Amino acid sequence: MTSTTATDITRADYCAVACAEVFRGDGEVMASAFGTAPALGARLARLTFAPDLVLTDGDAALVDGAPPLGAPPASLVFESHMPYRRVFDVVWSGRRNLIMMASQIDRTGNQNISAIGPWDQPKAQLVGVRGAPGNTVNHTTSYWVPNHSTRSFVEQVDVVSGVGYARAAAAGPSATKFHDIRFVISNLGVFDFATPDRVMRLVSVHPGVSVDDIVAATGFELVIPDMVPDTRPPTAEELALLRDVLDPRGMRDREVTA
Amino acid sequence: MADKRTTLDEFVASLSSGMTIGIGGWGSRRKPMAAVRAILRSDLTDLTVVSYGGPDVGLLCAAGKVAKAVYGFVTLDSIPTDPHFKAARQSGAIEAMEVDEGMFYLGLLAASQRVPFLPTRSGLGSDVMTVNPSLRTVRSPYDDGEELVAMPALRLDAAVIHVNRADVAGSGQILGPDPFFDELFLGAADRRFMTTERIVATEELAAGGPIQTMCISRLLTDGVIETPGGAHFTACVPDYGRDEGFQKEYVAAAGDPDAWAAFVERFLAVDEADYQAATGEAADERAAAKAAAKAAAASKEGA
Repeated sequence: MTSTTATDITRADYCAVACAEVFRGDGEVMASAFGTAPALGARLARLTFAPDLVLTDGDAALVDGAPPLGAPPASLVFESHMPYRRVFDVVWSGRRNLIMMASQIDRTGNQNISAIGPWDQPKAQLVGVRGAPGNTVNHTTSYWVPNHSTRSFVEQVDVVSGVGYARAAAAGPSATKFHDIRFVISNLGVFDFATPDRVMRLVSVHPGVSVDDIVAATGFELVIPDMVPDTRPPTAEELALLRDVLDPRGMRDREVTA
Repeated sequence: MADKRTTLDEFVASLSSGMTIGIGGWGSRRKPMAAVRAILRSDLTDLTVVSYGGPDVGLLCAAGKVAKAVYGFVTLDSIPTDPHFKAARQSGAIEAMEVDEGMFYLGLLAASQRVPFLPTRSGLGSDVMTVNPSLRTVRSPYDDGEELVAMPALRLDAAVIHVNRADVAGSGQILGPDPFFDELFLGAADRRFMTTERIVATEELAAGGPIQTMCISRLLTDGVIETPGGAHFTACVPDYGRDEGFQKEYVAAAGDPDAWAAFVERFLAVDEADYQAATGEAADERAAAKAAAKAAAASKEGA
């Protein structure tokens, strides 16, 4: 095995590890993860500190173990049938932990994947709200934004798809009962909402990124603690899993450069 | 047992402009595309289309058939969005009822169960409730007193789905891993159509797969239409996967009015048999172009 030093660790490695941390402490819940870093994060967690996590094949099955990215379907070991109709049973039961992507995310944790601009005639129609409204009021949800900028981190999203803290509170106890926006992970850092008024806080910066970089790339005022740690590096085991097992072709480094 | 076999022409003739039509499948997977193409060739217009949206919604928008779309998403799966649907929304050409995809499921389920709504937490706090001002909440009559979204029944004038196998009496078999919500589209509809890759004898269904694959009962169908390749270019596993090359051609053509006119003339202004022949030829052309490019690259390398 080749020896590694901290300088060999790529930004995408930090992102994958930050995504894995989303699942720390989870027992038997269904991990769903969109994007390359989240897909790797769920697998890393499953293979290390969250061994009871339940992964999907991205189609209609739960799979044993943690298959590498792009693993041929014939190599998968199925645990259970999970067609979409049953996925909703899981969503509504709360036994799910999800990392979605966000075209826009705002200060109180609203996410938008629906449309940019006015509703009746949007500047850009995106994919649609999908399951975001239901996911966010039923189970833990985090977000992955691989292109952190003032266009993606905005004061107020155009169409609230995933529900943030202020909107859930305004909607009442049925909306807040199971609402838990855990982390936002971007290509620059990690964020949460562990503030008294539930607004976004900087948790850690990925090595090579400064707090000023993040402030400049964010379209609203972040809560920034006096001391902001670096995002933790992968352990030797995690790095080996990423490089040799889960993503030997380095797809993660194409999603996030630097 | 009644013989429910019918044709795409009779299917279209049974519809009328202004109807609400449900389309089975999910994204760019097992869409009843032959039925959609038959609608494209008709003079039907002003439709409300209810769909886990894929190229069915895009094509119907491109042809000006859609007054309103009811959906949770419109995607081509391997390509995130459909260009024609995007264009229709961005020009304000269609009315949109965009809801959470779980709410959509409950809307079909409510219609299937003949109840006016079903309660759900999904939608609370989101803009689904503001961009659809007709949506209401309901308070639990029990001690919890919870206030939940009352997802209204999505009642359909007609629905059409596509399956792998069916018999003449209207039992259907889905051999792929996910039956999606096809059963509920039929349950929610007044006129219920099922297109199929192949019509087989009833006793052959069990030979094709386990009992769970025989998930569409004849209680849910009025008409069965044999349309081999009828989900093309969407996926219809295990019979065939998505035609990614053709889907790319569809998206590329959408970006240019002349290219789109040529696409329509070659693939959509023709009947189903000619569509199947033309898309087969297009696949051959793409394969030949790829081989030629590879050969050119190889000779360049050798030089």
